Amino acid sequence: MEIPKSFLGYKRENGRAGTRNHVIILPVDDISNACAEAVANNIKGTIALPHSYGRLQFGADLELHFRTMIGTGQNPNVAAVIVIGIEPKWTKKIVDAIATTGKPVEGFHIERSGDIETIMKASKKAQEFSMWASEKQREECPLSDLWISVKCGESDTTSGLAANPTVGNLMDKLEPLGVHLCFGETSELTGAEQVCAKRGATPEAEKKFMKTWSDYNDFILKEATDDLSESQPTAGNIAGGLTTIEEKAFGNFQKIGTRKFVDVLEPAEEPKKGKGLYFMDTSSAAAECITLQAAAGFNIHLFPTGQGNIIGNPIEPVIKLTANPLTVKTMREHIDCDVSKILSREMNMSQAGDELIKSMLRVANGRLTCAEALGHKEFVMTKLYRSA
Amino acid sequence: MSHPDLIIHDEKDNVGVVVIETTKKGQDCNAWIMENDKSIKVPSLNEVPLGHKIALKDLKEGDTILKYGHDIGKVVKSIKKGEHVHVHNVKTKKW
Repeated sequence: MEIPKSFLGYKRENGRAGTRNHVIILPVDDISNACAEAVANNIKGTIALPHSYGRLQFGADLELHFRTMIGTGQNPNVAAVIVIGIEPKWTKKIVDAIATTGKPVEGFHIERSGDIETIMKASKKAQEFSMWASEKQREECPLSDLWISVKCGESDTTSGLAANPTVGNLMDKLEPLGVHLCFGETSELTGAEQVCAKRGATPEAEKKFMKTWSDYNDFILKEATDDLSESQPTAGNIAGGLTTIEEKAFGNFQKIGTRKFVDVLEPAEEPKKGKGLYFMDTSSAAAECITLQAAAGFNIHLFPTGQGNIIGNPIEPVIKLTANPLTVKTMREHIDCDVSKILSREMNMSQAGDELIKSMLRVANGRLTCAEALGHKEFVMTKLYRSA
Repeated sequence: MSHPDLIIHDEKDNVGVVVIETTKKGQDCNAWIMENDKSIKVPSLNEVPLGHKIALKDLKEGDTILKYGHDIGKVVKSIKKGEHVHVHNVKTKKW
């Protein structure tokens, strides 16, 4: 298949391009959710991103909170942002950082004015932003404007056999065209960590990966009551035939094809070393992982599933593929790309990779994903440790 | 190209994955080795559902299970060729 050289995206002020054109209402903290949701309810064409944290966090955990908030606002799939927090200082910090992209952003704080007045002021600004964004048109953008993140979920052996290698095939075909790519799931590489480390493009990347994985593993050994048998693999994984974390890890790892990663990113850290594949230190919980990847600037997501995970994200479209014929049959409305014919040898891996590229480009050009049509917009902050 | 009942990733593997809805007891399965595109026959001693594994040879306690050509765990209860391989007879080496 000849791969198209471009897609129709929204060009942003900082040179990036979006596959979506969202106006978001971003609460800085949990207690500002009500206000943000009221504004989104008032003004059509906006979406609120409620979440559970943002108070009394400190140190690296607070830094991650800010990085996630700011990165979400900066993501090119977002046209404009309303930030609402309880206090002025943290609200302003997020507004100022989002403003560096050149996109419209305005902050409101609730203290000394209350919810109702804040909702009124923020709604007026949100209306202005929504109507402004509605005039934006899709334009031809080079394929290299796609920043593609990947994460698998409710995996079973069909994931490792076919769905994950399909993503790998896509990576092998698209990386030479200059796209950014990102995989994560530190915990789910357990058992394949040595093999994965060898995929570092440089000795530094290799070393950084091993340190990231070892830090995670030390934490698990310290915190776990016995082992991770109840969580890794999950009950769904076991029902699907996955027996051990090692088996899951080698299956998971098929997603990167034959690629090498140029760097290891902190959670929600924007890649800075140019095009290519990056590993990000993330949890393997789907909503947390995708929220972090979106905050790092990724604008389209590929999600292979076995037993049928249903995850979505408010700003980054999540494309599901599966090779499990039972999942296709029983959960059709969640599957954007069916590659189950690989198992019956009616489709080879390269054909499957081409199908996925086609599905992805349709979504990049504006087709709703199953998760978007069904209203999935899971936005989950990663918390490193308890608050003060 | 015949529809396989079982897919094996790598020539070195000692397990294969069922890719039909379920195998029948005593079924002589068509197994396709992806790595070298060869086909072999493997008996299924149990009814094994889609996505679950079948042993390609006799395995004894302490043996290593190989899939993708890599170590994915250890045998904790001896397994006959053709038997269902899962959490009842294999465990992780990690914990």
